[in-house]
Amino acid sequence: MKRSYYLFSNGELKRRDNSLIIKNDKTSKYIPVEDVNQIYVFGEISFNSKLTNFLFQNNITVHFFNYYGYYSGSFYPRESLLSGDVHLKQAVSHLNFQKRLLIAKEFIDSASFNISRNLKYYNRKEVNLETQIKDIELLRNKLNKVNSIEELMGIEGNIRKIYYSTWNFFINQNINFHKREKHPPKNWINSLISFINSLIYTTTLTEIYHTHLDPTISFLHSPSERRFSLSLDISEIFKPIIGDRLIFSLLNKNMITHESFIEEFNHIILKDSSKKIILKEFDERLKQTIKHKKLNKKVSYRKLIRLECYKLEKHIIEEKKYEGFKIWW
Amino acid sequence: MHIYYFNICKRKLWLFSHNLNFEDENIDVKIGKVIEEESYSSQKKNYMIDNINIDYIKKNKTIHEIKKSNSFEEANIMQIKYYLYILKEYGLDDIKGILEYPKLYIRKEVHLDKNDDIIIEKQIDEIYKIINDKKIPNVIDNKICKKCAYYEYCYV
Ligand code: SF4
Repeated sequence: MKRSYYLFSNGELKRRDNSLIIKNDKTSKYIPVEDVNQIYVFGEISFNSKLTNFLFQNNITVHFFNYYGYYSGSFYPRESLLSGDVHLKQAVSHLNFQKRLLIAKEFIDSASFNISRNLKYYNRKEVNLETQIKDIELLRNKLNKVNSIEELMGIEGNIRKIYYSTWNFFINQNINFHKREKHPPKNWINSLISFINSLIYTTTLTEIYHTHLDPTISFLHSPSERRFSLSLDISEIFKPIIGDRLIFSLLNKNMITHESFIEEFNHIILKDSSKKIILKEFDERLKQTIKHKKLNKKVSYRKLIRLECYKLEKHIIEEKKYEGFKIWW
Repeated sequence: MHIYYFNICKRKLWLFSHNLNFEDENIDVKIGKVIEEESYSSQKKNYMIDNINIDYIKKNKTIHEIKKSNSFEEANIMQIKYYLYILKEYGLDDIKGILEYPKLYIRKEVHLDKNDDIIIEKQIDEIYKIINDKKIPNVIDNKICKKCAYYEYCYV
């Protein structure tokens, strides 16, 4: 099975015969190329064109994180699976407003369903979240009637506000988390969310790469927002299921605490050792399997993301209406 | 390839002809390619005639098609017959076809029979119809799907 590689040390990544090799003053380590699905670069790595060509050939995506641990961009090989048909129809689905809205709604509908599912899990005697769950349901009911992407985003924003406000109740650490802030996060929980969301985003991007979809043509987010905006769209569905659940477990098991961060130049950033803990857990989660009802076989969480891309593709070629993934267990 | 897929699954034919392949990751396809490349590397191979790939022509009298397994025997045979048919159109009508399964140590001669021309022409017509159809053919719900590279795509 192909897997992700996470590079923390500084050095040089090179092609050596038919392998990848990571070299620095002290060590050199071989990475068998057949094993690699994607590479995460956290350290300072130099590259040459011989290497990039080799990565192209082997369909490997590479994601870069800057000094502060924030995602900065991806090396996305030229599409290996090209279909003019899908490409054109994807563009049409974006340009045709009704078509675009339909897909965008589906993303939010599934994402918010999965959010509400998370809250139901924590809604027990000692933590009562009934009101919040009800409020989210009321907002979700409005989704059917929206007439613009802005309205849709507005509802989504409100759902998230309620959702995040509940975290203080069921996380058994003093997280003092009030609202989501991005650039740069001023609270360590925000910093944690940003990091984990970027892992979901990059994994989704790699999965999109193995389909015929164009990652730059999106439906919910505007394509100008970020280069691979379709990845942002699809990530929405998996953030609550994979990302947030990972966060809850890391915090409730005290694997990540306030001590896992350091403050530097106004940034609250994860220590490398904490990143490694998170990546290990994240990797495990992607490998976990569930029995898929339609396919009648076990599939991993990572595969669920791929399947989501397939469903979207089938919608785009007008075979089968897209239904976003809703957690069923 | 079109004739071959036509005789296996029409949906597969449509997907393939619309460039919708995921074959790069399917282990069976990979094995197939390796066998094709390794088994007869000394022979001249992969002649392209009219956009069809012929594994090789030995002394210009025989065409060989190499396959991994005989589970799609009918489709394999039709594929060779199609090559023979095309070659006949070019005026080469004394060519022999051989179907080979190097892994199973089986080789089989294939000839163009009396009615084959008609059958092939009919299949070609149908292939064009399927390819040009905007709608993708339905999933066939057959046990062969489990091993197909499109399984997840078709059934999700
Ligand atoms: S999975 Fe079945 S229906 Fe789909 S292409 Fe393969 S053989 Fe045809």
